[in-house]
Amino acid sequence: MIKRALVIGAGIAGIQASLDIANSGYEVVLVEKEPSIGGHMAQLSETFPTLDCSQCIMTPRTVEVGHHENIKLYTYSDLESVIRDQETGDFTVRIRRKAAYIDWGVCTGCGACVEKCPFKVESLFERGIGPRKVVYTLSPQAVPNKPVIDAENCRYLQSKWDIEAGRVPAVDAKGNPAKPKCGACAKFCPIGAVMWDQQDQIFEEKVGAVIVATGYDLFLQSRLPEYGGGKIPDVVDGLAFERLLAASGPTAGKVRRPSDGAEPKEVVFVQCSGSRDPERGVPYCSKICCMYTAKQAILYKHRVHDGQAYVFYIDVRAGGKGYEEFLNRAMEDDGVVYLRGKVSKLFREDGKIMVKGADTLSNRTVEIAADMVVLATAMVPRTTNRPVAEMLGLAIDDNDFYTAANEELDPVATGVPGVFMAGAALGPKDIPETVAQASGAAAKVLSMFQKDKQSAIGHKP
Amino acid sequence: MSPTYFPGCTLSTKASGFDASGRAVAQSLGMTLDELAEWQCCGATFPLTTDNSMALIAPTRILAKGQNAGGHVTTLCAICFHVLRRTQNFLSAHPDMLERINWFTEEPYEGRTRVSHFLELLRDELTWEGLSSRVTRPLAGLKVAPYYGCLLLRPKDEIGLDDPDEPHILHDCLTALGCEVVDFPYASECCGSYLAASKPELPEKLSQEIVASARRHGAQAIVTACPLCQFNLDYPQKTTFSGDTLPVLYFTQLIAVALDLEPAAWGMEKHYVDPKPLFA
Repeated sequence: MIKRALVIGAGIAGIQASLDIANSGYEVVLVEKEPSIGGHMAQLSETFPTLDCSQCIMTPRTVEVGHHENIKLYTYSDLESVIRDQETGDFTVRIRRKAAYIDWGVCTGCGACVEKCPFKVESLFERGIGPRKVVYTLSPQAVPNKPVIDAENCRYLQSKWDIEAGRVPAVDAKGNPAKPKCGACAKFCPIGAVMWDQQDQIFEEKVGAVIVATGYDLFLQSRLPEYGGGKIPDVVDGLAFERLLAASGPTAGKVRRPSDGAEPKEVVFVQCSGSRDPERGVPYCSKICCMYTAKQAILYKHRVHDGQAYVFYIDVRAGGKGYEEFLNRAMEDDGVVYLRGKVSKLFREDGKIMVKGADTLSNRTVEIAADMVVLATAMVPRTTNRPVAEMLGLAIDDNDFYTAANEELDPVATGVPGVFMAGAALGPKDIPETVAQASGAAAKVLSMFQKDKQSAIGHKP
Repeated sequence: MSPTYFPGCTLSTKASGFDASGRAVAQSLGMTLDELAEWQCCGATFPLTTDNSMALIAPTRILAKGQNAGGHVTTLCAICFHVLRRTQNFLSAHPDMLERINWFTEEPYEGRTRVSHFLELLRDELTWEGLSSRVTRPLAGLKVAPYYGCLLLRPKDEIGLDDPDEPHILHDCLTALGCEVVDFPYASECCGSYLAASKPELPEKLSQEIVASARRHGAQAIVTACPLCQFNLDYPQKTTFSGDTLPVLYFTQLIAVALDLEPAAWGMEKHYVDPKPLFA
């Protein structure tokens, strides 16, 4: 067996598992599809129930991953294939590193290209709250702190490819050969790191164990037409509100609603948006929403002192250390109004969002003219879970989450020897549980790597 | 094969204007609507319990009569349409229930009658372009708010007429007539339905909200395809309404005007808020 592990996904689960294995003296190959590591945790403002700054508690770990001599990091990379040798149990992994059009080997991460790029596009990382440049890093604390060029939206690359493919005339009106437009990043890069001809690269790695930590996505607002279907700018999902609250976010932590930049004075939070809805959404409980909604309501109140937060809930699930107390703090200290009932619909009227719901405790319908609405949309599996499961021979459940061969007693082991998993790829879970699971998966890998040592101890005279 | 027309009870009484304008429009458009012989009530509600064979008997009888009259029943009333289409769907999926009802009614129904709403025939057979080309008195400048209510559209999987969250079938119809269509957020809100009988204050309150919202968005009239919606929005305006009133019309009435039919065919006599001044 090759004593080397592949970790798929560099969110907090992948980071934790990689560090545990690497710190025990074994090599880790860590693959991440985004340009930098950190996953969803890098998007969060503060964590519950301690209100620690998410970036601040994670940065030591991301930096450690970035510098660790035992961790070979492939960011901006996709898994092409993983093939298990039936004889040895080892895996041959093919990784495609996408062309970043920047030579990371020489790039110093000075940020001149990002600053000078004249084009802005919508940022998936900022979840519609703010734009990014066409050449970008995900955040100022990005690890690795190397930018990538989004080829699809890059004026230079598109015009260059148009000329090469003959889609535009080879000579311009004055008879000069056509030249690609823009190229500002290359002009201003002090060390000439922009590589317009960079191609995707394929790498091959051999490992003896795999940890799948591919994380989650959020239920799409377009599936909630009764809540505006994603077409009302001031109706946002939980991660978008995190970006509004985050000090490193587009508004520098000031709560400003997307439509007109005004400070919202009445904010309605809708829990179970898409979750616990077998008819039209997903049947399961998304688990983290009760707590992060309480957190967001508290943080909102800390930012907007004269504001009012309302939370619609089916019931509150605060099962965790310090969780119930945290919830009481939201209600008692920060005056968050909790209304037991569902919101039936919401719509825009005169610059407000009319929220129509029920308060089943007072048995009344409620209508709130809100400035902003935050939907606690369900955690859903990544669309890549199915292809990855097929590639590795893993089991997935009815909802497309990975499922363990023994959910009760061996929750991080798959049916395939040497393949383990951790985090929200198995189902909704919060950060502490994710990290615990990641360490669990790492321990499984380590005990596999150290099997011979254990038996040596066992045979001591 | 032209469909057989099932008017239903309300269109023979309270909503006779819907019936009159519907028949006149159909005739003018060359669509034969022969009335189903010896029809009775559709049952008025689709049973919500899973084993309610008694409530399915009335609509099944209509479907059986429709089967013997050519196999296609069409309605103007959104409620009749709702009950008949859902009964048809239910019986297709539950042959045991069909057998049970047939045993009781002794009017063997084979389970294959097509149920349509007149709006569907306009959309799918005449087409909106076809309707538009027949318009001789375009209603240009008339601002109308289409009001769908619930039963015409929901539940989506069973009714399948249009998307309940973003419906446009009435929008398209009114656009074909040259109207200026007004969108308003209450277009598929519940009107209060049969609570008009047991708890009238509820539809009164809902009506107030719906009408006020349509007015705020600039509508001069509300247009519906359901006699109960029409009643629940119209009647309270005469009795308990505070604020400016708004006529509530059936879509067939607007078509009748746009086709320039005789005012007698408009069927606008029984409205509580008189819509006729709109067309003076």
